[in-house]
Amino acid sequence: MPPMVPNVAGQTTDSRPSSLRDPFTKAFRWMLLARTLDDKLASLYRAGKIHGGVFLGRGHEALAAAVGLALRPGDVYAPLIRDLAGRLAFGEPVLDVVRTFMGSALGPMRGRDGNVHRGRPRESLLPMISHLGAMISVVNGVLFARRMRNLSGFVGTTTIGDGGTSTGAFHEALNQAAVEKLPLVLIVANNLYAYSTPTARQFVCRDLADKAIGYGVASHELDGTDLAACLEVVGRAVSRARDGHGPQMVVARLLRLCGHGEHDDASYVDPRLRQSPVGQDCLKLAEQSLLDCGWAEVRQIESWREEAAQEIEAAVAQVQREPTPDPFAEDWRALSSRHLADVYPEP
Amino acid sequence: MSITYLEAIREAQARALADDPRVFIYGQDVGAFGGAFKATKNLMKEYPGRVLDATLSEDAMVGLAVGAAIEGMRPIVEMQFADFSTVGLNQIVNQAATLFWRTQVPCPIVVRLPSGGTSGGGPFHSQSLESVYAYWPGLVVLTPATVEDAYSMLLEAIALDDPVIFCEHKLLYYHLKAERLPTEALPIGKARIARQGRDLTIVAYSAMVHEALAAAEELAPEGSQIEVVDLRSVRPLDTDTVVASVARTGRLLCVGEAWPWGGVTAEVIARVASEGFGLFDAPPQRLNAKDTPIPFHPHLWAAHRPTARSIAAAARKLLRQ
Repeated sequence: MPPMVPNVAGQTTDSRPSSLRDPFTKAFRWMLLARTLDDKLASLYRAGKIHGGVFLGRGHEALAAAVGLALRPGDVYAPLIRDLAGRLAFGEPVLDVVRTFMGSALGPMRGRDGNVHRGRPRESLLPMISHLGAMISVVNGVLFARRMRNLSGFVGTTTIGDGGTSTGAFHEALNQAAVEKLPLVLIVANNLYAYSTPTARQFVCRDLADKAIGYGVASHELDGTDLAACLEVVGRAVSRARDGHGPQMVVARLLRLCGHGEHDDASYVDPRLRQSPVGQDCLKLAEQSLLDCGWAEVRQIESWREEAAQEIEAAVAQVQREPTPDPFAEDWRALSSRHLADVYPEP
Repeated sequence: MSITYLEAIREAQARALADDPRVFIYGQDVGAFGGAFKATKNLMKEYPGRVLDATLSEDAMVGLAVGAAIEGMRPIVEMQFADFSTVGLNQIVNQAATLFWRTQVPCPIVVRLPSGGTSGGGPFHSQSLESVYAYWPGLVVLTPATVEDAYSMLLEAIALDDPVIFCEHKLLYYHLKAERLPTEALPIGKARIARQGRDLTIVAYSAMVHEALAAAEELAPEGSQIEVVDLRSVRPLDTDTVVASVARTGRLLCVGEAWPWGGVTAEVIARVASEGFGLFDAPPQRLNAKDTPIPFHPHLWAAHRPTARSIAAAARKLLRQ
């Protein structure tokens, strides 16, 4: 982080409404925790402490945090790979994240699934499968079931990238949500590349928000680098869905500030994009806003950063002492009706 | 009073809807129309709000069922034809089949597949896909051959906490009849001896059980006593019952309507060979559909699938060895 110019206390150089102070500050702290955790995961990966891939959310934090904060207990959330800030804001413990990445037997996935494939379905945090678009109809199903049971006042949210909008599953599920008038908020994080493929090879409509029109779904566009815009627009979309106005699609334009995974140097990203407004770091912009608005001082932000780092270090230290999964103690049966599992004798 | 295989499927769903408020049915045309085959006839009227027409979206149909199951419901998804379930394959094998293992949260969904060939069905309305689904861990795959099993196994499938692929055979829908619905039944996972014999074991499932029984009847006057094992469930596979039968007969012929590469018939032979190689008096054989897409014309179709005649011919050859 470059040093921030301290703001004169009480002097507001930004014209943001004071009602934004609380949510903005809260969101910033989740973003900061997510970024700090992402940085730690990247270090652990480079140190060979993490098996498999590491997928980070750098550049997506403002959008994700806004989603996590717009949701309430009882809402449904199926985050995608770059939604760490949203997961944390929704209530996923840092320990769940670290345990899953490091393969602790005590994590929610117990070494059976790793990295971003984690969740707690009983707590309405759904673990993504890798096939993009597949979680949308699953969220629809949870919402559908709740409505059958005469519950109301809840929403379901999931995220998809620009590449994921090209899948059949995306089309089927968004159309299904529209036909069933479900309180779904579909967040499209258009970060301009699907792995290495630029959007010009993905779609030709003006903006992905236009796709919603074809489904009869309300759409909202926003600048994903701008936390205030994320809070406002995502908040509005979630309220609309919660109030019974049917599915909402939010399309955010932003740039992923890392590789697809930590194995990827993202050399395919056009350097001009990195220098353009869409390539700005949402975390730095939010930090500057906090200072400009006089909502936080440098010292305060540094102490939040320190607090985040300490929480993460404590979690990593704890997880490093935890048992790894034991192949001899593992129950190698994929059915909950254990008596129906096929038995294959060892040769 | 008699009841058909199709009516048994309808009755099982009606009873599940009546007994368990968590059950609902979701599929194309299942509502007011009662389903392409009428397996949900009048159910929407009897259970309003619980029998719902789906968009023409097999992927999203299964995805929705998985979400509803996570929320504690027991959805039944009707695929209009088994063939179209491949559009929903991803949700079945990657979402439903992995959920419990990954999260310990069970996924109690039933996906009904109107399966198998009928005259005139052609390449895309005739497929038998039980071997495909049986490949993935985390699924139960059922292949009822009788009216009684269609009823009792569907009820048991709905009550089960795991995802079930229920392969109901379209050829049996209208022709197969029973006097009444069963009051007791073998549990899922147990094969049934459909006919006793001492010279040769034919292992079959679904509609092929009836072809095998007809072949056994044809061979009886020739002095050959054929034992027919109805697998009932292809996953789990009741290897014990098959091995016990081969121990009595010494000869094994496996019959399936699916294509020959891999699959249920290959699996049965692999298991019996592995666990009971010494029981064989002759090399085990299998008989499947021909290795092409399923033809439309009745002359071609009748030769494409195993029939009582081709099963009897294969059995004669095996009996001579």
